[in-house]
Amino acid sequence: MKFLQTCGVLLAAAIFAVGCSSSGRMKTHGSDIPDIGKYSDGPSVNYQAAGAGIQNGGTSPNEPNGLLSKRIIYFVYDSSEVQPEYLSVINNHANYLASNKGLSVILEGHGDERGSPEYNVALGEQRARSVAKLMKLQGVADSQIQLVSYGEEKPAVTGHDENAWGQNRRVEITYPER
Amino acid sequence: MKTLDKSHEQRMKINYFKLNHTLPLPFVGLTALVCTWIMMVSVPAHAELTVEVTLGVESGIPIAIVPFGGKQPSENLGSIVAADLARSSRFKVLPEAQMLERPSTPEQVQFATWKALGQDNLAIGQVRDIGTGRYEVQFQLFDVVRGSQQASSTLSFTADESRRIAHRIADIIYKQLTGENGVFATRVAYVTVAAGDTPKDRRYILQIADTDGFNPQNVIKSREPIMSPAWSPDGKKLAYVSFESKRSAIFIQTLASGDREKVSDLPGINGAPAWSPDGAQLAMTLSKDGNPEIYVMNLANRSLRRITDHFAIDTEPAWSPDGSQLVFTSDRGGKPQLYIVSSAGESQPERITHEGDYNAGAAFSPNGKSLAMVHGNDGIYRIALMDLANKQLRVLTPGSLDESPVFAPNGSMILYASRNAGKAQLSAISIDGKVRGSLRIEGGEVHEPAWSPFSVFNVH
Repeated sequence: MKFLQTCGVLLAAAIFAVGCSSSGRMKTHGSDIPDIGKYSDGPSVNYQAAGAGIQNGGTSPNEPNGLLSKRIIYFVYDSSEVQPEYLSVINNHANYLASNKGLSVILEGHGDERGSPEYNVALGEQRARSVAKLMKLQGVADSQIQLVSYGEEKPAVTGHDENAWGQNRRVEITYPER
Repeated sequence: MKTLDKSHEQRMKINYFKLNHTLPLPFVGLTALVCTWIMMVSVPAHAELTVEVTLGVESGIPIAIVPFGGKQPSENLGSIVAADLARSSRFKVLPEAQMLERPSTPEQVQFATWKALGQDNLAIGQVRDIGTGRYEVQFQLFDVVRGSQQASSTLSFTADESRRIAHRIADIIYKQLTGENGVFATRVAYVTVAAGDTPKDRRYILQIADTDGFNPQNVIKSREPIMSPAWSPDGKKLAYVSFESKRSAIFIQTLASGDREKVSDLPGINGAPAWSPDGAQLAMTLSKDGNPEIYVMNLANRSLRRITDHFAIDTEPAWSPDGSQLVFTSDRGGKPQLYIVSSAGESQPERITHEGDYNAGAAFSPNGKSLAMVHGNDGIYRIALMDLANKQLRVLTPGSLDESPVFAPNGSMILYASRNAGKAQLSAISIDGKVRGSLRIEGGEVHEPAWSPFSVFNVH
């Protein structure tokens, strides 16, 4: 529980920092972390309109430039730790879900192609679980979140270099069809 | 690490096999539960095996296999036998062009001719049409030095079975001359991924094929990933992971009937199925408890026995041949490494790899004395072999993205997934590192191999 409290404090601090620092494009750290603004509308992202009666100032996930349009969290190699620059993305979705308890979300974990396929499934799930943990701290109910990990089986891009691997180590936030 | 000495490298590139026909699949029967987008269909089979003998043919057993006499239903059986034996690291096969005579019956054999060519062994055969679509092959294996017959056999077959019969003859010769069982008549399972214009158009197909890449047949096809095929010890079933319902589930499919059962679809990961040597249990990874743990399922009553209990990742269980132990991958030490635990689940796991920053996806050799694994160091992933007696690690493969090692049932070769010019393909390497080959299946990326046991379900 102490760990979760610490996470919450860090999350709040990070969101504050990110919120103050800029609007629009997020800063990336290291060459293998893709620019989220650039890749957030990847072709494999698939979700449907969440329906009428949505709270949160009219923002919905299918608004192209809305707060919820960024739906991909990228990770560093062999890690399921959420990098600070993605905390605001998670927080935006968490707030939306917390104020729309009837909605649910699928967190899809992925890994890059390197190493053992089943280990990558496990790693992808740890990544999805990290995102879920942060969402729950913001008041999202357990029952609103589904996790699935595809490991290295569904790469977002098909290259075989650091750039491609960085785009493939990800969690996609998707809203299922209702 | 053993390196391949370029100066001794003798490259023998053989592009034998090209095939293009459609196979009927007797086992494509579908149970009603299968959705429209999961199909088991027959496809035009087109496979190509490229074998590179990189080292050490000098030390192979010299043998001449004369193209068999008589009218053959399709390809010459003797040529298939020769190709099989050349693919193992154990034989030095005389090229057909160097043969001075082509005997097909014992009376025609002149031992002096073959002795002069430096041959210790000679195999000949004669095929005849025995009517009603059947053929018979008589073959003999001679000891050239002693001038005596070492083995002979008469086998009958249909045209469709001619490649299989040739593989059986290769197995007989292999056994006679090495004392070990051959694997030429076994099969491999693997997953092909056909890319579409968008990621949504990908098709994942679980196939089985002969070890030379011939006779590929679809087991199941899906728009969602299929992973981790595993043969039952009797060779009649495959366990695999399918994401067809947008989440993982473990299935067991009987090859002869096409019937399948979903054995696990708990919340979270249902992955890495591994049959116990007696076929009664299935080890697997489940994350129903909140993180990936190893479980063993009793297949008779589906009860689960928990093997690991740790907050880190525990996955990829593989059984020791005697069934007493499981090796698995865990990042409990910070990085993925291999651990061994009693399959009764009552002992503390013991870490067994310490070299390199990534050791995962292990398989026990059939004799239980070594482990094959994915060995990662500084971003390079290769297949390594560990001798369990002294824990010495030997890197076997030359790639940089090698994964999923599996042993041939006789332990002579390791089949693994690799990347060549960006394309995923299957490769095989002899455990002495002397012979390496690749299996290219047309129509997609190929990965996740599983080698069948000696006895295997065959489609005739």
